Amino acid sequence: MVRSLTGDGAAYAELLRKLQGHLRAYFARRIGRAAEAEDLLQETLIAMHTRRATYDPSRPFTAWVYAIARYKLIDHFRRTKRRAEDPLDDPDMLFAASDAEAVEAQLDVERLLHRLPEKTRKLIRDVKIEGLSTAEAAARHAMSESAVKVGVHRGLKSLGAGVGDEE
Amino acid sequence: MRTDDLIAALSADIEPARPRAVGRRLALGLGIGAVVSAALMVLWLGVRADLMQAAMTPPFWMKFGYSLSVAALGFGLIDRLARPDGEGGIFGPLIFAPLGFMIAMALYRLFQAPDAQRMAMVMGHSSQVCARNIVVLSIPIFAGLFWSLKQLAPTRLTLAGAVAGTLAGAAGTFIYAFHCNESAAPFVAVWYTLGIAAVGVVGAVFGRVLLRWQ
Repeated sequence: MVRSLTGDGAAYAELLRKLQGHLRAYFARRIGRAAEAEDLLQETLIAMHTRRATYDPSRPFTAWVYAIARYKLIDHFRRTKRRAEDPLDDPDMLFAASDAEAVEAQLDVERLLHRLPEKTRKLIRDVKIEGLSTAEAAARHAMSESAVKVGVHRGLKSLGAGVGDEE
Repeated sequence: MRTDDLIAALSADIEPARPRAVGRRLALGLGIGAVVSAALMVLWLGVRADLMQAAMTPPFWMKFGYSLSVAALGFGLIDRLARPDGEGGIFGPLIFAPLGFMIAMALYRLFQAPDAQRMAMVMGHSSQVCARNIVVLSIPIFAGLFWSLKQLAPTRLTLAGAVAGTLAGAAGTFIYAFHCNESAAPFVAVWYTLGIAAVGVVGAVFGRVLLRWQ
């Protein structure tokens, strides 16, 4: 670097080539995306170049380079964070809305179910909501499988009628 | 653009860097600002009429000594903080030394003085405008220093802004002292300090935003 500061272009090119490997590793470790890391590497090289007069030859050169790289990295996080925040605002709203919808639908079902006789209600809950098989439901309620099927079928039919009534 | 091409382009365009370029750049901004500020002081406030007689008395030199020592330490500090890897080092705590000295002197004078005079020693006759005038005279210097810093590479922006502000405030105070004819140490300790600190705070606030570089 000292020779570069005196205007030795060849020494400077060699220095930059040696540095790029270290800097690429530095940014790659901290940023997942290779293209962004490469952009930052180039920005750091340009910043080094345009602000090379701020290097004090009596101090360690690597400390100076990494101070610039660190500044670039922080600047990058500051910029990308701001950009990333915008699209994130909406999904939050969407999730909240869809949650509310699901909860409302569940409440509707519960309300309709309560109009059914207790036995039919339990059958429908077991088979249609909890997902038991007809055989399992039959065992649980000490009924025959066909009785379960008929019960569920009737229950659903009257639920359908109930939905029509509501509207 | 490929990084190898970039390196080739950058190394094709390299001129020898001048030694102590940071100091020169800062001195340029400070100097231009100070000339504008001095012109403003002469046209707006005017140099005190009794400058020559006053120059024979110690309080006159106390004011210059106070502002110049803060400015010199501030310059040493900003010369370091304008670099990416800059640390304040010894200059950091040292910049408060003149303030400590000034406060000690003010307290000594206050204890010596009879009760009735103490308030007058603090308030003087221009306490209403002193800090404000210092802030106004500091503005051109503040602008000059920030212009310099934009071309350098500070990485601790708030701190660099605060130091640049303090330096601008101290330099503005130095210029103001050619106009101000107060001579009591307690007055200087309170109102000069207030003016310098105000510009320092402004620098800290603006530094974070204005000193960012790409």
